[in-house]
Amino acid sequence: MDRFRMIFQYFQSNSESVMNGICGLLALASVKIYTCFDFSCPCLPQYNMAYGLGIMFIPPVILFLCGLMLNRQSLVMLDEWRRPQGHRKKDLAVIRYMFSSIVQRAMVAPVVWIIVTLLDGKCLICAFSGSMDPEKFVGFANVTPVQVEQLLAKVPCKDDELMRNNISRKAVSRYLRCWSQALGWSILLILIVAAFLARWLRPCFNHATLLQARHWSNYIDIEQKIFEETCCEHSRLFAHKCILHFFESMRQEIKLHNFNLPRKGERDEEEEDLLQGITDKDQVNKLLKTWYYEKPPLNVSQTTQR
Amino acid sequence: MDKFRMIFQFFQSNQESFMNGICGIMALASTQMYSAFDFNCPCLPHYNMAYGLGILLVPPFILFLLGFVLNNNISMLAEEWRRPQGQRGKDPAVLRYMFCSMAQRAMIAPAVWVSVTLLDGKCITCAFCTAVPVETLGNASHPLLSQGEMQRVLARIPCKEIYSGQELIANEVAVRYLRCISQALGWCFVLLMTTLAFLVRSLRPCFSQAAFLKSRYWSHYIDIERKLFDETCAEHARSFAKVCIQQFFEGMSTDLVAAHCHLPRKTSEDAGEASKKLLGITDQGTMNMALKSWHRCKPPLHLHPPALPSGNGWAGEGQPPVHPSTPRRETAAYYSLV
Repeated sequence: MDRFRMIFQYFQSNSESVMNGICGLLALASVKIYTCFDFSCPCLPQYNMAYGLGIMFIPPVILFLCGLMLNRQSLVMLDEWRRPQGHRKKDLAVIRYMFSSIVQRAMVAPVVWIIVTLLDGKCLICAFSGSMDPEKFVGFANVTPVQVEQLLAKVPCKDDELMRNNISRKAVSRYLRCWSQALGWSILLILIVAAFLARWLRPCFNHATLLQARHWSNYIDIEQKIFEETCCEHSRLFAHKCILHFFESMRQEIKLHNFNLPRKGERDEEEEDLLQGITDKDQVNKLLKTWYYEKPPLNVSQTTQR
Repeated sequence: MDKFRMIFQFFQSNQESFMNGICGIMALASTQMYSAFDFNCPCLPHYNMAYGLGILLVPPFILFLLGFVLNNNISMLAEEWRRPQGQRGKDPAVLRYMFCSMAQRAMIAPAVWVSVTLLDGKCITCAFCTAVPVETLGNASHPLLSQGEMQRVLARIPCKEIYSGQELIANEVAVRYLRCISQALGWCFVLLMTTLAFLVRSLRPCFSQAAFLKSRYWSHYIDIERKLFDETCAEHARSFAKVCIQQFFEGMSTDLVAAHCHLPRKTSEDAGEASKKLLGITDQGTMNMALKSWHRCKPPLHLHPPALPSGNGWAGEGQPPVHPSTPRRETAAYYSLV
């Protein structure tokens, strides 16, 4: 029982920290994936916007779904939501609390990706270089509209032969990067202020309800874990009994077929028990064959009449 | 037994995390293999597509099979599937659960390989470089080449050093185009896989949760039962071997006493543990004979009761006649719950 108590305490104290850890790991993974990813803008008029915005928004969706899946509590919440009422009433406040905590944690990695993308600037430069107003920049004055479109689309590609030392390219690029970084920092500031306010103002509203919801959501989580542990323990004991009964039934069968004089040996009692009366190569082979061909039924409530 | 119990519990409680760990290691191994692999596009018209698509699709298949091979539970699944029914019914839901969980884990490394390949772009660039739309991306003013000639020129796009069609279509333009398509495909593939996994995981509790709990319990049970049975057999084999060897040494000792007409020596009470363990063999010649006999003529796999005199040959050996009535009768009622 002591062992179980230790396990309870561990899970109680660390369930939140395990989830926070996973959240942090996903955020780090998103930064790492962004740095490893080889961003290469197609520099073609119709493809730039799709590529740039795609890279900015599709990976966050993937990271959000991953964040939801990796969180164990989401399954617990779904379970609680969909279960039949039975003898236990359902408390919607608990389910709402669990849902909001899961979603908050899952949102961290996508937000990190979007902010890193904006602060780096490549995505926005790729997506919006074709939408720039050519009159603002010097190098595009005496050029036909089609050519302007082509040139603007090539701005993100520094190594392109047309764009290599083009001053206007650098101007457009700097302009877009400035906007991108401003947007990134603004979003970061707004999110942090929102998180700060939410955390500080929360105790002012419905604190008692919040405490109750948090307690019962922890309880449901722990109850689920203990149920799984108990099932494991039970199936181990079940298997143990089943195998012992199997060996016992084999011993009975062997006794029925062989006439063994009652043995009083110098052999230890312990050895005798371990051998289970199976002392012959043929008997062992028969036991193994029976184990495969006729597994014992899953019922350890044996009735014996001696 | 306590030690085994602790180890079983560790594996049981951590079996999921153990399998997840193997899964993660294989995924990392597949990324490492990809970066270590030296991709060499052949740059020839008909070989490019075969090479590119081969590198994209054949290693995932190998990784998928490897995922099954490295999973210990595959033999458990096969055994449960093929065993005769006997006294225990078979539950197809349990088999389905085991197969699904193994297949899901085995799918991760191939999916990682395909994603990394598509996001990197080399395979698609190699496979589809001959399909680049030259009319839209290339120079319209370039003199037209024959189809075969154009294919040959375009096939060299991945190999920058030997590319000769710079006037037809710039190498960087074509590579950027192909890489953009490849990366778009890669991200869409990852999104699709993640969405599927999410749907499978989140819709399951909405339907048949009770059946799922049942299948999961019994699949764990089958695994534990198999491990416990192996452990019990190992313990039995150990005891069997110990008694067999003990009886061998005792047999040798008895034979030698009979052959040399030594008076049976009663070991004095204070002789101690050591002389008991000598099992009656106390000189070099006897020991050598024992070792030779062990090699030349191993004892039969049959433990005889030690208290019986050696003249009584049939007790417990061979095929004795079936005794119609036994002193004790025991009946056991067995019925299957499955």
